[in-house]
Amino acid sequence: MRRELLGVVGTEPIGAYTLIRVGRGSLEPGTPGQFFMLEAPGRLLPRPMSLCLPPDRELAFLVDPVGPGTRALCELRAGDAIHVLGPLGNGFDLSVDRPLLVAGGIGIAPLPYLSQVLGGPPALLGFRSEHHAEAACLLPGAEVAIDPRLVTELLPDDPGDILACGPEPMLDAVRSLAPRAQLAWEAPMACGYGACYGCVIEIDGHYERLCVAGPVLREAA
Amino acid sequence: MTIPILNASGCLDALTAPDVARSLDAFVTKTVTPLPREGNAPPRFAEVDGGMLNSIGLQNPGIDAWCDEALPSLRALGVPLWVSAGGFSATDYARVCERLDGLADVVAIELNLSCPNVDEAPETASELVAAARAVTGKALYAKLSPATPDIAEAARAVADAGADGLSLVNTIRGLALDPMTLRPSLGRGAGGYSGPALRPIALACVHACASAVDLPIVGMGGVCTGKDAVDLVAAGAAAIALGTVLFRDPCAPARVRAELGAEVRARGARSAAELRGAATPLATRAGLSSCQATPKVLQIGQNVTA
Repeated sequence: MRRELLGVVGTEPIGAYTLIRVGRGSLEPGTPGQFFMLEAPGRLLPRPMSLCLPPDRELAFLVDPVGPGTRALCELRAGDAIHVLGPLGNGFDLSVDRPLLVAGGIGIAPLPYLSQVLGGPPALLGFRSEHHAEAACLLPGAEVAIDPRLVTELLPDDPGDILACGPEPMLDAVRSLAPRAQLAWEAPMACGYGACYGCVIEIDGHYERLCVAGPVLREAA
Repeated sequence: MTIPILNASGCLDALTAPDVARSLDAFVTKTVTPLPREGNAPPRFAEVDGGMLNSIGLQNPGIDAWCDEALPSLRALGVPLWVSAGGFSATDYARVCERLDGLADVVAIELNLSCPNVDEAPETASELVAAARAVTGKALYAKLSPATPDIAEAARAVADAGADGLSLVNTIRGLALDPMTLRPSLGRGAGGYSGPALRPIALACVHACASAVDLPIVGMGGVCTGKDAVDLVAAGAAAIALGTVLFRDPCAPARVRAELGAEVRARGARSAAELRGAATPLATRAGLSSCQATPKVLQIGQNVTA
């Protein structure tokens, strides 16, 4: 577990989201689906972000400005520096025969890296608006559904090995259609490394810390 | 003589972050209760001005499973071990302490007498300390709430009941509302407020208790820097615990220790302990035991004492 002060290389809007690129320092990019805790300027607690892309000597994160912390992150500019801790948690199991990537909204965040590692498998994306859907440019060739159409409506009868990330209702729907799917869940986290017990989700009737049990889970939650 | 740095209970899991635990002078466990507890429904924390609220609700495996499953791994870390004990009655506290009493690896027991996120035991803090004292010879630290109306009086009461030290302070109850719904942000409603805003409150509590009782005090509450630690030492703390800062920075123990050393040198002192009680007039330093005939001494572990 490493924490370093990393320089911001640049930020760019991608639809409703912002891609933040930081120098990698000596941090490893980890496995797709793992996450990092990013210092949010002016805020007490860092924010958990899965790695979106690992450009050469950089780490890139896709951030949805939904609150004061994520807005502060999106306002970073080249030359700023933030502390970054990671990689953390458990990523996707990459030993799959017929991968199909599925994401809803900001759930697209870990998929570009995942797609790169898996050699560009097919991908299905759902967004709430055309503006949000501009993020689909991060996964060229992906099939896109825009609200009111749901991404689960794009799932084929025989979906293969689903690796998915998105809001809870979407993941619940994917799981009901494909019980063996690998699902990357989301929860607010104060620490990201098992210290605070703040990010629990219910697994088999018990509260488990998503940061250490997940965020990628299979046949659970 | 250095000032030991511990973690605040519930702010670190030594088994998911062993290196962080090893960077401390002693590791304090999350509170253990007689029976397993699932804890409170999420959301369990909220960032607020000046700090954060948490409402974890003492999630823990219960003392039996803790002894069987967690203790062997904690023992293997080689870090002096303090166990936080909790419950909902004097009988509960006694049950946990009785079990811990026989464990050679446990250096001290911190009695969590003040969790703001669960129902309180009907007994007073001193009655709970007395119940624990009756079943264990281990060092007993009473963790008090900063919301105690007269904390110096509470400190005297737990000292009389047999406490060997004080842990000051726990979080203080606070409430945050969701900006959209205006409903409580946390699943249980209110939560424990921690972080920088707690610092002056903790400082006042440590200061008041150091003048009231002759017990070593572990000072905690919003410590982020070495300067914050120096303040608590000056108010009378014999050791420092880090809480919320660990969430943002797991490297905080080494950093705060280095900053504390630099602060001490900058003031021309030979050790942090030399600054202990600087905020309190000499005549009223009841709790600053270095000049007492039979002082209560902070027992941090086999190799470190203060």
